[in-house]
Amino acid sequence: MSEAWLRLERLAKRFPGHTAVDDLSLDVAQGEILALLGPSGSGKTTTLRLLAGFETPDAGRILVGDEDVTAQPPARRRFGMVFQHYALFPHLDVAGNVGFGLKLDGAARARRIAEVLAMVDLPGYERRPVAALSGGQQQRVALARSLAPEPRVLLLDEPLSNLDPTLRERTRRELREAIQRVGITTVFVTHEQEEAFDLGDRVAVLREGRLEQVGTPDELYDHPATAFVATFVGRANAIPGELAGAAGGRILVRPEALRLGEGPIAGVVTARRFAHGFAYFTVRHDSGTLLEVYAPHDAARVGDTVRLRIDEVLLSEDGRDGR
Amino acid sequence: MKRPLSLGAVLLAALLLWVVAYPLLVVFAEAGRADLGAFVRDRTEWQALWGSLWTSAASVVLAGLVGVPLAFVFERYDFPGRRVLGALVALPAVMPPLVGVIAFLFLYGESGFVPRFIQAVTGAATPPWRLQGAAAILLVHAYSMYVYFYLFVRAGLARLDASALEAAASLGAGPAETVRRVTLPLLRPALVGAALLTFMTALASFSAPYVFGGGFRVMTTQIVATRLNGDVAVAMLETATLTALALGGFALVQWSERPGSVAAIGKGTPPALRVITSPAGRAAAALAGWLLAILLLLPHATLLLISLVPLNSWTTETIPPVLSLVNYRRLFTEAERLRPLINSLWMAAASTAAALALAVWAGALVVRRRARLSRLIETLLALPWAVPGTVLAIALATLFSVRQPALGRFILVGTAVILPLAYAVRNLPLAGRAVLAGFRQLDPALDEAAQSLGAGRAARLWRVTLPLLRPALAAGGALAFVTALGDFVVSILLYTFATRPISIEILSSLRLNDLGVAAAFGVVLMIVSAAALGVGARVGR
Repeated sequence: MSEAWLRLERLAKRFPGHTAVDDLSLDVAQGEILALLGPSGSGKTTTLRLLAGFETPDAGRILVGDEDVTAQPPARRRFGMVFQHYALFPHLDVAGNVGFGLKLDGAARARRIAEVLAMVDLPGYERRPVAALSGGQQQRVALARSLAPEPRVLLLDEPLSNLDPTLRERTRRELREAIQRVGITTVFVTHEQEEAFDLGDRVAVLREGRLEQVGTPDELYDHPATAFVATFVGRANAIPGELAGAAGGRILVRPEALRLGEGPIAGVVTARRFAHGFAYFTVRHDSGTLLEVYAPHDAARVGDTVRLRIDEVLLSEDGRDGR
Repeated sequence: MKRPLSLGAVLLAALLLWVVAYPLLVVFAEAGRADLGAFVRDRTEWQALWGSLWTSAASVVLAGLVGVPLAFVFERYDFPGRRVLGALVALPAVMPPLVGVIAFLFLYGESGFVPRFIQAVTGAATPPWRLQGAAAILLVHAYSMYVYFYLFVRAGLARLDASALEAAASLGAGPAETVRRVTLPLLRPALVGAALLTFMTALASFSAPYVFGGGFRVMTTQIVATRLNGDVAVAMLETATLTALALGGFALVQWSERPGSVAAIGKGTPPALRVITSPAGRAAAALAGWLLAILLLLPHATLLLISLVPLNSWTTETIPPVLSLVNYRRLFTEAERLRPLINSLWMAAASTAAALALAVWAGALVVRRRARLSRLIETLLALPWAVPGTVLAIALATLFSVRQPALGRFILVGTAVILPLAYAVRNLPLAGRAVLAGFRQLDPALDEAAQSLGAGRAARLWRVTLPLLRPALAAGGALAFVTALGDFVVSILLYTFATRPISIEILSSLRLNDLGVAAAFGVVLMIVSAAALGVGARVGR
């Protein structure tokens, strides 16, 4: 990992009744895209709002380069933010929105607006009222607005959650291309693993205000540090150690790491769920444990008695429940 | 697709045309017979017109200067007493106009408490000011109309999306710049709405100019004066002029409320309250708040105090020497004084029931059936709102002073019907707005479910629609009842001795210098009004 540009040092934020962010430290390199991934209530949005300056941390620091921006108001921080519901100004047209943060006037202003609109693939949209745009277009206007003043860091709050599923994949690709074209350091919040993995160079998994693990998508998927990360970033079977020949405790195994055919474990297929030419089979072991197996869809039928083996153990835990 | 033209829609439209539009047409027709040239050359007419216009504009500015900052303070900051004060601030709205005016008279008038107090302190022989002319009118207007700005802007602020403000901040806008470039533009619909409402109310205002005007002329008082002088034709011209002005305002309001002027995008959450935490700040806020509350409550308190002063017991003292309930006893024991109370109550109740019934009928046609003529019916329901009370009263008095059944004209003037009719017409917009909004919130599937369960039209109305409309009926009904109960401007032109309402009795008590009884009537009016609004709000929940 290259040198840290945006640094979060031991950030903490408490609200009456609960701790939203607890001793959180993260480094983001220049030009890197970092995803903050976690379930609702994990503190990811609070972290983003701390970065933007809308909340003040109770402890810790935020640094950009060598500059401490912790106490800087949002207006002076030069962090661009794209809001979950975009927060476009309904009384201004596209150009009015995109130009809002510009200090330029006249031709230079118009030029910059056109430039940024071209960057988000909306050339010539200056005079459109924002209410007349589709959801995807509004999202891109919001992105253009935040990029226009050339911010140091780009923050995105659930950037795709407001779009319908068919639009999401395309918009995600466009978003990644736009960010990469600008080469801006980006932090975005999501609760969807697929989105985090697809957009993020690295992903930070948060849980109850704490950082569980940070790493590339491959690291998180193949080497999760905790059972929480293992199950949050993908599907995983929690199997009693005895089943795998261990002395006790519990092991985690991905569905694709269970192989149908030969093996020491026997069970009955109770359900099958199609997924893109493959299928997830639910196999009931004699002990009652349910296992999920990913295999070609014709590998077995419901009611078949099958045998299984474990190709790879993702994580093994001792007797204690590490949650 | 052609919508059905139902008999009901035709009947309702005809009825509304008859009592809302036809009277105004008659006014314009009668005005056409007057000498327009003499009217245009008469300087006093221009003075009155100009007086109406500039006091209305000044009322907008003053009401805005008071109401907008208050709205910001109460919607954005938290401090001790915020909730109680926030409710108190809306209080002037529930004071009937004439009652507010006499309260100001008792408080700031020549022999009112404040001048007496100043005289006692300074030892001056004459009162420090006379509460008269444009300044007095503007004072009363500012006091009673800032509430529009306060309520509209508070509602607008509550609807603001916090992230729009945060977006401005993250784009480098400081607090002042955010207010100027984001908050105020987003509040524009609220500001325009409040300004138009204030302007129209001030234009139609009658009680304040009538009591405080002196030689200062505005259109509403000019019309009544001309009419009392017997110049009926000129009065018609004046009425037509004021009507045209008001209808212009009405068109502006309709235009400003057209959908999609500034549409919010997506959903938003309003900004969080900023809690004032520093002890000094909290103390200052609380102190300022309570001073404000006292200032706002002074008129009410004054009225209460004066109502306890027996006739002729208070002359030169700063504070009244004797207090007793004798005025209230007179109110309820003397038949001549009980009469107006009973009159006002039954007329307000009858007119409210009539307005609500018409509104429900309209709602069923306009919202449910989407019958043809819907636009016409809705416009006619809203129109009386724009018509100043003076105009409405004169229009109805003109239409119903001749017996021409073929032209739909009957003699109702001088009967017990005319005042409740006028109140009902005046209350159509309040009732219509509430009930139509109620209808629009109903799920049509509920009515269809009742149909599929075999309920006929009447059964559905009684067992489904009306129970579901209860909040809207209660809210609209309470407002309509209170407006009719406290009415002065329509009453003074249409009452007969037998049907005289409370406001007329207040005025005649004032003329007889029986201040205590006038104040006691005012207090009773306020209590009944507050009770009606309270019941309306409770049933509405």
